[in-house]
Amino acid sequence: MTVQPHSLLRLRGIGKTYVAPVLQDVDLEFHEGEVLGLAGENGAGKSTLSRIVGGLLAATSGTMEFLGDGYKPANRREAEHLGVRMVLQELSLVSTLSIAENLFLDALPRRFGLLDRQTLHERARPLMARVGLDGLDPGVPVGQLGIGQQQMVEIARGLIGQCRLLILDEPSAMLTDRETELLFAQINQLRDQGVSLVYISHRLDEIKRLADRIAILRDGRLVEVRAASEMQVDDIVRAMVGREVGNALDLADRSIGGPILEVRNLSRGHAVRDVSFSLRQGEILGFAGLVGSGRTELMRLLFGADHRDSGEVLLEGLPFNPRSPRQAVQAGIAMITEDRKEQGLLLPLAISTNVTLANLASVSTAGWIDQSAEVSVAGRLIDELKVRCRGGRQAVKELSGGNQQKVVLARWLYRDCEVLLLDEPTRGIDIGARYEIYGLLAALSRRGKSLIVISSDLRELMLLCDRISVMSAGRLVATFERGAWDQDAILTAAFSGHLQTTSQELA
Amino acid sequence: MVPSATSHSTPLTSRPRMGQLTRYFGLLGVLVAMCALFGVLSEHFLTMASFSTIANQIPALAVMAVGMTFVLIIGGIDLSVGSVLAFSGAVMSVAIVQWELGLFPGIILALATGILCGAFTGAISVSFKIPSFIVSLGMLEMARGGAYSATGSRTEYIGGNISMINDPLIGKISPAFLLAVAIVVLGHILLNRTVFGRHLIGIGTNEEAMRLAGINTHPPKIVVFMLMGLLSAIGALFQVARMEAADPNAGAGMELSVIAAVVIGGTSLMGGRGSVLASFFGVLIIAVLESGLAQIGASEPTKRIITGIVIITAVVLDMYRSRRANRE
Repeated sequence: MTVQPHSLLRLRGIGKTYVAPVLQDVDLEFHEGEVLGLAGENGAGKSTLSRIVGGLLAATSGTMEFLGDGYKPANRREAEHLGVRMVLQELSLVSTLSIAENLFLDALPRRFGLLDRQTLHERARPLMARVGLDGLDPGVPVGQLGIGQQQMVEIARGLIGQCRLLILDEPSAMLTDRETELLFAQINQLRDQGVSLVYISHRLDEIKRLADRIAILRDGRLVEVRAASEMQVDDIVRAMVGREVGNALDLADRSIGGPILEVRNLSRGHAVRDVSFSLRQGEILGFAGLVGSGRTELMRLLFGADHRDSGEVLLEGLPFNPRSPRQAVQAGIAMITEDRKEQGLLLPLAISTNVTLANLASVSTAGWIDQSAEVSVAGRLIDELKVRCRGGRQAVKELSGGNQQKVVLARWLYRDCEVLLLDEPTRGIDIGARYEIYGLLAALSRRGKSLIVISSDLRELMLLCDRISVMSAGRLVATFERGAWDQDAILTAAFSGHLQTTSQELA
Repeated sequence: MVPSATSHSTPLTSRPRMGQLTRYFGLLGVLVAMCALFGVLSEHFLTMASFSTIANQIPALAVMAVGMTFVLIIGGIDLSVGSVLAFSGAVMSVAIVQWELGLFPGIILALATGILCGAFTGAISVSFKIPSFIVSLGMLEMARGGAYSATGSRTEYIGGNISMINDPLIGKISPAFLLAVAIVVLGHILLNRTVFGRHLIGIGTNEEAMRLAGINTHPPKIVVFMLMGLLSAIGALFQVARMEAADPNAGAGMELSVIAAVVIGGTSLMGGRGSVLASFFGVLIIAVLESGLAQIGASEPTKRIITGIVIITAVVLDMYRSRRANRE
């Protein structure tokens, strides 16, 4: 039997307008003891909405009611006073200060004007235990923690004092699976204590799993609020994008040839252990596995960004041992990194500069760049890849994530590499744009290019790939042919190496 | 069907270039305003004589500012330029006076000295991944020591045969000034029109992205420091020609004037953004300021305080301008 849910916070006609409206006419209720999943594409208004509730932004229209009283927090402190707390997407910790100091940054206990470290640590310990950090010394500087642990400290800070409504904005983006499980356990516990939670995430399976109700924003409007039990992931996607997204890719009529890249017993430290596989020409080979399973490290070895300890690689039948990315690129291998902002793009520079970067020789004579040739190359690729921009001279940082990724793809398209290594090619990209990227990858494969795609999204791999290899704890543990795979088998394989190492360590 | 002909074409009117132009106009405006101000304050300022003095003083600063622009663009800094200038000048004077090698071999040796100093700074900083700030600080001491030991800590007189570099050529303009302007123009073209220049901007913006795009980032970085050394040696040539002597104390503190000029021109200390032409404007602003303040009879302390204020104001204005550009 369900009890009539008790409303904690009610939004009526909430809107926010800068130059253009980013949020319009949102009516939404937050219930005590409930997790509300908030989904939407980038720029749909999720963060704006949560910032309004958390007191970081003022709404330009509409009203809010907190337990029946008018609610209009002037700043974050006022919202926190009522128990409305938020954990922001970006970490806001001071990395040189300790865990305990970060937790109580605005209210450090003092004795005779000096920091009372003992009291501080005593207060910090129970908080740390709540998020599973009880094994750590509260005096450790936050900068020495892993990114996932830092995120947990951030969450612990949100739990200090009275907490009636907790907003979590993409809390799992940086977490490993184990840490995510811990976070979920914590969320469920808070829900049982009657706290109202808002869970914002791009990972729809997480929302589906955690939330009691799901609210979906699209272009600043609330388009759907329903019980989670009534919605499947596909329904959420449809509501987010506002249309049917194609599920079938045109992968037919390709000719898959012989092996182009053969990897034998490749190893580097503990990250990559004795990996062998082969990539056939024109094929899309997927790499599944947990974060830290060695997939990225394997790609870096193939690209010459790191050096192997042992093993052998054959490229088109010849031994291939790149000492630098430059040698790999010259041999026709491209790598598209997971972190396109830090490792892929020159953000403040023009699209044209980014596109021609790996192949400047073809738009220059004797070291002189032919600028008109460069602009026309950029224009051609912008048209071909449908990059939404004002023109080739626009700075890349002004583009959306999906269009930035198209610029990276354009660079390697222009370099005309035979083998492309793609690490999480759709990370942080809207679902609509994601399908355009899939289409581009399929088109590359039709042209006879050979692709390796790393992804943590199994649906993505199962949609795109001819074969899926699974890595676990540095080893390649299984490879599945299209049609012969299922999600459970892949997941089991992905965990297998970790189970073995744990039992070995225990033994 | 010709699909490309009808598709949306890339506009050729470029916003970055407009931004670049407004920056030049801004710097030019500051320069004109300063000349006008000093013209009002001193009746002697707006005369051919004072402008030719300025023109003959700036060549060393101007060519070194070209090199420093490159160094800052790749995200580095070179503090040794004043000492390298003195060392190169000392080598030249010793070669000409003591070893009696003649003028041109002396010049060649001076240029080689500069290049070697730069190569050392660059190679150590790049291969051991040590910030160039530190390595060039070491080079600052080493080159100064070199200058002292080469000259025996005394000013070495060369005599009149080198002064032709600085003698008036057309009207009151010296070959040194023309050469400096030519180097500025060449530097500007090198940065904006060549693959090398593109690589420097890319390295300063995001070196890891450049490396993963298949570009070997080490050689261009070392070349930049070599270029800086070469240009410091050319600066030495100009200075020695003007004094007809090599002073082991020459160029002391000059690294700060060079960096100030480049920063006034709007080149970012964070790397990736800068303009050789704008640095030249920075050099002119510093030179006009110094000579104008001297003409109105400002004392040395006053001159330094005002120069400091101008540097900070210029950087604050540039920061404000680029933030506003970012918001748009």
